[in-house]
Amino acid sequence: MRLTDLSTKTSRWFDPNAPLSDIVISSRIRLARNLAGKKFITKCSISEKKEILQSLKEVILSLKSLGDIFFIDIEHGSTIERDLLIERQLISRNLASGSGPRGAVIAQNELFAAQINEEDHLRLSVLAPGLNVEKCWQRINEIDDSIGEKVEYAFSSKYGFLTACPTNLGTGIRVSVMMHLPALKMTDQLKKLFDAARDMNLTIRGLFGEGTEAIGDFFQISNQVTLGISETRIVEDFQTILIPKIVEYERIARDKLLVQEINLLDDKIARALALLKSAKLISSHEAMFLLSNLRMGINMGRVKEISIETINELFLLTQPAHLQMNKGQTLNPEQRDILRAETLRAKLN
Amino acid sequence: MQCEICKNKTATVHLTEIVDGHRTETHLCQACAQKEGVTIKSQLSLNELLSSLIAAHQQTGETPAQEKIGKVCSDCGMTMEEFRKQALLGCPDDYNVFESDLRDIIEKTQDNNTTHVGKVPSRTAKPVEQVQEQNQIEDLKRRLDQAVKVEDYELAAKLRDQLKALP
Repeated sequence: MRLTDLSTKTSRWFDPNAPLSDIVISSRIRLARNLAGKKFITKCSISEKKEILQSLKEVILSLKSLGDIFFIDIEHGSTIERDLLIERQLISRNLASGSGPRGAVIAQNELFAAQINEEDHLRLSVLAPGLNVEKCWQRINEIDDSIGEKVEYAFSSKYGFLTACPTNLGTGIRVSVMMHLPALKMTDQLKKLFDAARDMNLTIRGLFGEGTEAIGDFFQISNQVTLGISETRIVEDFQTILIPKIVEYERIARDKLLVQEINLLDDKIARALALLKSAKLISSHEAMFLLSNLRMGINMGRVKEISIETINELFLLTQPAHLQMNKGQTLNPEQRDILRAETLRAKLN
Repeated sequence: MQCEICKNKTATVHLTEIVDGHRTETHLCQACAQKEGVTIKSQLSLNELLSSLIAAHQQTGETPAQEKIGKVCSDCGMTMEEFRKQALLGCPDDYNVFESDLRDIIEKTQDNNTTHVGKVPSRTAKPVEQVQEQNQIEDLKRRLDQAVKVEDYELAAKLRDQLKALP
């Protein structure tokens, strides 16, 4: 398996046929685990990290139920390779920018990833397209059980799974759902959503872009509390209450736009399409912003000639590391903006 | 809602301050908030939130006596000083070594929860049922303590009965 095989295609988590996928892009569950009797990463020597990496890598690669999987050495990988994996949501920025022996075991279908020596010894994650939190839990729970039979996890009866940061303590579970909420943004209702989320102990982060800035109205919603509430309860809340409610609000906002702001809406979509079809230089920020508007236009039935698959593909192909990997060379920002514009024109015209 | 200072623009910054148990709310527009030096971030990251909690904990002066002479974990060499800087612990045993210092931080970041509920790995020292039962007892005891503290005797009696009913 080579990373260039990944860079030319769309991730499986962008599946337009998945449940509620016009609004919910994907569901993900992450479990944080550490080995019993070993220091946490901050206090590990290089040789201790090496030992942890080796033993966890062997255990995970030996699990037959995972299908086709491969190991990626992050310590010795190139910056473009690391960035590509970040753009595809397979590893965290934290793992990419860390130090010492570390790596990831990734499933060929990109729906499973195990990061070794990130903030904790092991960070398992399972993804599914659309709203599929329960399915993710079933899958990751089985994988976690199989690993837990072969290694002993750091666990206390009082605090549960022991993690390097107390914010992950207990279940070590982080459920994250990636949502596209352009109509809530257009109708100025994001603040309401953020306030409600905070009251319910949820975190909302912008998906693309640095830090908290949300480019293109993609948001990742996740649980904050990991102690004193069971995994199944968190999963059930996300699957049956929280996310369906946000989907409902986004739909109401979309209907409202269709009735009250149809000209504004159509103008926004038409401008996005016109720019994407003809720009000669386009930054990743601008492309993301315009593709988001176009995605909304297609999902609301305002644009018929472009498929949602094309848009999903372009979200990935126009990202910096993808452009460079597919071109086979390092490009400076201006060269990337030219190539990005070319890619967009070729796919949309 | 209007900004309380300029009485013109819509208030988008809502500040809640609790000093000595007294709560005050201030509602300002973005421009006035900046003038007043109230800077906001739309979302705090968990680590930032944790660091600010740790710092707040430090300022309350509730630091136990032993910590002043600098408790050090004999397994990994971690100190509370170091934890405050990076918000990451050094080994699983730190949860025992620094239990009294961490309790407050754990409660604040975990919505006042203190005891694990949920999955228990197959390879543990104690059988799964025993762990879950023990956790249930601990959780009830904690809630009972809290109920007594806030003088909610009705709830306390209920919790005491639940504790008695356990094997």
